[in-house]
Amino acid sequence: MDVIELMLLGLLLVCGIATCLSRNLLVSLVIFMAYSVIMSIVWVLLQAPDLAITEAAVGAGVSSVLLFLTLKKIRDIRKKVQNEEK
Amino acid sequence: MKKSDLRAWLRSWDAGEFDFTAALSAGRSAPEAPAENKDHPWKLEPINRLEQGEIKSFRKIYPFFAVVLCCIMIGFLLLTVAKLPTYGSPDSPAHNEVMERYVEKGMEETGAVNVVAGVILDYRAFDTLGESHVLYTAATAVFILLLSLKGSGEPEQEKKIMQSDPLLKSTARIIVPLVIVYGIYVIFNGHLGPGGGFSGGAVIGGGLILYAIAFGFEPLDRFLNLKIYRMVVLCALCFYSFAKCYSFFCGANHLETIFSPGTPGMIFSAGLILPLNVAVGIVVACTMYGFYSIFQRGRI
Amino acid sequence: MLQTLWNSRVNCIAVILFAVGFATLLLHRNLFKKILGLNIMDTASCLLLTSMGYIEGRTAPIIVDGVTDVTRYGNPLPAGLVLTGIVVSVSVTAVMLALTVKLYERYHTLDLDEIYMIARQEAGKEAPQ
Repeated sequence: MDVIELMLLGLLLVCGIATCLSRNLLVSLVIFMAYSVIMSIVWVLLQAPDLAITEAAVGAGVSSVLLFLTLKKIRDIRKKVQNEEK
Repeated sequence: MKKSDLRAWLRSWDAGEFDFTAALSAGRSAPEAPAENKDHPWKLEPINRLEQGEIKSFRKIYPFFAVVLCCIMIGFLLLTVAKLPTYGSPDSPAHNEVMERYVEKGMEETGAVNVVAGVILDYRAFDTLGESHVLYTAATAVFILLLSLKGSGEPEQEKKIMQSDPLLKSTARIIVPLVIVYGIYVIFNGHLGPGGGFSGGAVIGGGLILYAIAFGFEPLDRFLNLKIYRMVVLCALCFYSFAKCYSFFCGANHLETIFSPGTPGMIFSAGLILPLNVAVGIVVACTMYGFYSIFQRGRI
Repeated sequence: MLQTLWNSRVNCIAVILFAVGFATLLLHRNLFKKILGLNIMDTASCLLLTSMGYIEGRTAPIIVDGVTDVTRYGNPLPAGLVLTGIVVSVSVTAVMLALTVKLYERYHTLDLDEIYMIARQEAGKEAPQ
């Protein structure tokens, strides 16, 4: 149990720092999703299953979908502007 | 897909990215404001030279100061953590008589086997009421901001969604019912096990979003448009408020309520917790789907 | 001191993640990255709160077989508080994202400094000294 906990905590740290350091927005968003999933497993280990379910559904699911959609929307707007300039 | 293609595709998702690692090494200069163009009012003449110089020197030292500040913060917070009660010890001051009371009397008083559900929907139901209203307010703010978005709600874009991957469609056909049934299970078992209105509602919302991604909005529009959304969320929030007003009024005046805790462990027990979970679940599911819809096409 | 920190390593990780999120907030001028950093700070503080409710060797506060002995279950209070926090963080994220889309629509950049510059120039144009 201890080994799993340590591994998860290490991964959590790595994912958090990678989210900060990665240059591409899409890459950092995907790493952030992984971070959320790992966080929900850590919460299972911390004996808080309510939180784990909520984080898995909300953090890794809905809020990531919203972030993705924002990126898509921004890309659409940029493409439109580029087309207008041409 | 070739590697270079993948890179280009990834880059197309970037929007005005700034990599501070390059700035750290090279002291990259500030990006110049684009030249003036009458057709595009957002493009203005270059910023004057003094301002640019200021920004340049500021940007050179800024990352160092930021990193140093964060390191100092980590140091102070770690010192604080060392002073905190040890992780996992049973005699930390957080585990005081309040927790004892909730665990020992919780099941008897609220009828909920899951003490967390009893705490958030019975003892501290005002918190959850405020939380639902925060969610509703956020949804309203997002609607106000994005409802009039240009370039959305075009038929062309919605058609593109319809032509989605056949693999995605056949997978979604199997997964979506399971996801929604699981969400309903989580809501209805909120007082018996882990789960509750928020997680179950988010799961159902995720299922609806998956369905909308795979099959487009048209099938969902039939039973979830803005009018229905408003009615459903309003009814759920009003039900929550009135039910909680009633139970607080009765509880404060030592009156008998019509909601009894029932037999703990049964699905129809725990008095108000199950209906409140359902109300919260409806609000959350509708709001999550509404967020998706409003971001995707600018209307619900 | 190091032994104490090792014993409460979950708290240490939470603290470091909080600082990492804060660093993201400070170092990146991209609004989207700032939102990600704020989310990391959010979950880190939730992790710290949750770890306060964990008691070694006790199970989650879901009553088994009708035994309501307090020495068997963890603390239900932090879990209840954090549950509220998670949902509020999603609401805040949604509002921030909507504002970001609006800002991009207006200024065609996500760079906060550029947005600030353009906004200042526009203000100067509208009201000349």
